[in-house]
Amino acid sequence: MEIAGIPLRRVRERLGEGIDGPLLAIALALTAIGMAALYSASIENAARVAAQLGNLAVALVAMWLIAQVPPQTLARLALPAYAVALALLLGVAAFGEVVNGARRWLNLGFGRFQPSEMMKIAMPLMLAWYFHRREGSILLRDFALAGLMLAVPVALVARQPDLGTALLIAAAGFYVIFLAGLSWKVLVGLAVLALAALPPLWGMLHDYQRRRILTLLDPSTDPLGSGYHIIQSTIAVGSGGIAGKGWLNGSQTHLEFIPERATDFIFAVFSEEFGLIGNLVLLALYALLIARGLAIAAQAPTLFTRLLAGSVTLIFFTYAFVNMGMVAGILPVVGVPLPFISYGGTALMTLYIGIGILMAIYRHRKLVQT
Amino acid sequence: MRFAELRNTEGELRAFQLRLGVAGFAVLVAFGLLLARFIWLQVLQHDAYRAKAEENRISIVPLAPARGLVLDRNGGVLARNYLAYTLEIFPAQVANLEGTINQLAEYVDIQQRDRARFRKLLQETKNAESLPIRTRLSDDEVARIAANRWRFTGVDIRARLFRQYPRGEVASHALGYIGRVTTRDQERLEEEGNAANYRGTDYIGKAGIEASYQQDLHGITGIERVEIDAAGRGIRSLSRTAAQAGSNVTLTLDIGLQEVAEQAFGERRGALVAIEPATGGVLAFVSMPGYDPNLFVDGIDPASWDALNNSPDLPLNNRAIAGVYPPGSTFKPYMALAALELGKRTPRSTIFDPGYFVFGDRRFRDSRPGGNGTVDLYKSIVMSSDTYYYMLANDLGIDAIAGFMQRFGFGARTGIDLEGEATGVLPSPEWKMARFKRPEQQRWYAGETISIGIGQGYNAYTPAQLALAMATLANDGVMYKPHLVSHIDNPRTGERHDVEPQLVRELGLRPEHVEFVKRAMAGVAKEGTSARAFAGAQYTSGGKTGTAQVVAMKQGEKYDESKVTERLRDHSLYIAFAPLESPKIALVVLVENGGFGARAAAPIARTVLDYYLLGKLPKAAARPAKVQEPPAESDAESD
Repeated sequence: MEIAGIPLRRVRERLGEGIDGPLLAIALALTAIGMAALYSASIENAARVAAQLGNLAVALVAMWLIAQVPPQTLARLALPAYAVALALLLGVAAFGEVVNGARRWLNLGFGRFQPSEMMKIAMPLMLAWYFHRREGSILLRDFALAGLMLAVPVALVARQPDLGTALLIAAAGFYVIFLAGLSWKVLVGLAVLALAALPPLWGMLHDYQRRRILTLLDPSTDPLGSGYHIIQSTIAVGSGGIAGKGWLNGSQTHLEFIPERATDFIFAVFSEEFGLIGNLVLLALYALLIARGLAIAAQAPTLFTRLLAGSVTLIFFTYAFVNMGMVAGILPVVGVPLPFISYGGTALMTLYIGIGILMAIYRHRKLVQT
Repeated sequence: MRFAELRNTEGELRAFQLRLGVAGFAVLVAFGLLLARFIWLQVLQHDAYRAKAEENRISIVPLAPARGLVLDRNGGVLARNYLAYTLEIFPAQVANLEGTINQLAEYVDIQQRDRARFRKLLQETKNAESLPIRTRLSDDEVARIAANRWRFTGVDIRARLFRQYPRGEVASHALGYIGRVTTRDQERLEEEGNAANYRGTDYIGKAGIEASYQQDLHGITGIERVEIDAAGRGIRSLSRTAAQAGSNVTLTLDIGLQEVAEQAFGERRGALVAIEPATGGVLAFVSMPGYDPNLFVDGIDPASWDALNNSPDLPLNNRAIAGVYPPGSTFKPYMALAALELGKRTPRSTIFDPGYFVFGDRRFRDSRPGGNGTVDLYKSIVMSSDTYYYMLANDLGIDAIAGFMQRFGFGARTGIDLEGEATGVLPSPEWKMARFKRPEQQRWYAGETISIGIGQGYNAYTPAQLALAMATLANDGVMYKPHLVSHIDNPRTGERHDVEPQLVRELGLRPEHVEFVKRAMAGVAKEGTSARAFAGAQYTSGGKTGTAQVVAMKQGEKYDESKVTERLRDHSLYIAFAPLESPKIALVVLVENGGFGARAAAPIARTVLDYYLLGKLPKAAARPAKVQEPPAESDAESD
């Protein structure tokens, strides 16, 4: 068989080049679960699922393209990407558009854009590149500088205010710093310092942010306001039981008790209908994804690729943990989607780009240049 | 850019991999934490959360039961239900009530009284879901509102069962009425633990049979379990337990008799209670004036309410059980019986009646100037000699009188199945001691006993008490508790609960004494004070006239009816039973400010007895009774 004169076998080979089978299989399995949950969450709206399938197609193309890019090209992009993202964040702070009380958007004339999203990828790239540059002679000073490079954008995003994204950017940067080998003493010292900084930090939080945390401690204090999300999502999870209520049979979902069912709270939908068994499957898939990612990081040839692969993998973990923890009522409500499951084109794209980065690193594990 | 050279030491790689290991471990711990949380929620707390999800999902909608009917002893309908459309406002959903009502007034006729009633309901019922602004919409109005329904929020048309009293004012004080459940009613229901069964019930009995048999009439509220979404919209019905209609209550009341009695009163105020002596069943229960209970059904409008409340005739007063009056001379037959029973008089013993009785320095006048001459016991009743009973009271003493009269139920609630019964006053030294504060008031003076003998003084009884005493005497001293309800039928189960005659006590009177007093009372109707009223009666009856003073006359002052304003005139009383040999009916008639007993009250008694014993309709009332029909556009509801 041939396509446009090219034998199909060759086409398949070319398409398969640089694609890591296990990683793709896990990501697609998660995405398939997401489609099933989305169909239920959207009250059996096939158009919504079709839209997400379109998003998936675009994301797969992006993944494939990134998987073809050699890591050193990514490394070259690190500084410009970071610089542009930082400049845009400053731009947001200066002339950003206020939507729902938060200054997050930059109007580009043809559409709106959240520079903080860009920073999510630019941050680990930048720090991994920086440590790679300093490899062999990394001093405490470098960590301090990396800390500064991390702190400025995080502070800008947190001020928008967008605590969820700020935390994710901070986590991405922190993973790089951690994997780069910041000494345990300093880590412990920072942890102590962070604890000590909690009370003044509390004072700096916005009212709604404080309420979210307080509501987490006792959702019943505000059952109709911010507690409603947590109350309804824990009811959905708890009422799912061991085997779940069955696909499309979740009453919390179908009677619209769960807010933001298709996006941030889609895990409540899944958990209600598939129960503890479904949750175990989901946790296992994430664990496999993370294990594969960490294995890729362990085998990566350069410090840059190692740090990048490790950070990207741990970001997957962070998304999954924070989202499920939020839905299950053990973490505050922050706007973090459940990776590969939540509806949304941008999120899916970012995730598959992450997968593409891991694939590129894995593909070039043996390529050692001097 | 330089890429990792081979100088990349083993150590650095190992350190990195150690960090990865730590991170991997942290991932496992975090996932373990999640897993623990899932097990907690989905296994250990599953039941609680499943219950909460069900609670979320299912709304229990109450289905109000149809209220039971009230029927007279022959099955005539006294209270029923019909289906009608109402225009209701949900106050919680409407920001500008006044504006919405004005807007609605463009489509349906909304009178000032409708608005006033709505405001009154709004005040009385704090947490009502919806309140009617207009009831009994015509088909036209329903159509107009339905077509413009989209213009309004918090407004709806509802089909509801409405209470109707087809005979209007007839027997209103026996039937009572229903009204909207007020905040206070709600609190009472909660105290009684009945609140659950009243979810969905808007109306509750407020007076009369409607109030005292509320429980039976109400029925059992059904429930429908409806699946709802987060916005509270009903999705589908999951299960439905139909409401069980309230029981039908059949009265002992004879509505024909009731109508005849009420018409006999005409415009006069007063009360009539007729009892079947052998059972205690109440045959007629009149308190005049009455009111139209239909006014209360949708919530009474303030204008009608004020009219009823402020009328000098006190139409809302249930005179038959809550009004207290001196019995006047109707007390004499019992005094006579007391004299015989206590051995103070024999039928043959006589006194001389000069027209007055002197006690100490006080002179008690006889109502017949000049007196009745030689009076024996029989004559004392037939001619109603006051002097005889002044003496008798003095001879018996207050303790003996009170002790004897107490057994006939004087000064005690009869226990009739209506709320709001007054106690009345059976005077005695003990009563006086308890009633007054100052020591000089608390003392019983022997002079006070004298007028007790002719049913004046402190004597004050409800017409119901007088009727019960009459029935007890007619029944040879066997007292049955008076009751208005004969039986209660559950339309669901077909079960019938009969209200059995309830023996209060047997007085143990000597038959010859009772016989003597009855014969003397027959003499009253035949040749005595009520002979004119009972002229030509085709049955035998016993009776006694009474005249109760409204204002106490000063010593030596003469009562002149023409000089006293109407409201201060004496009350006219008549007690009677018939037929003489085996009484089927005992009654009391009281006409407020009617003057001499023989003139106002006795003819009413005659009319009532004629109807009950002979089926004879009085000429004036020969026209058929007016029965109100439910509005034509609605379907009459029968249960």
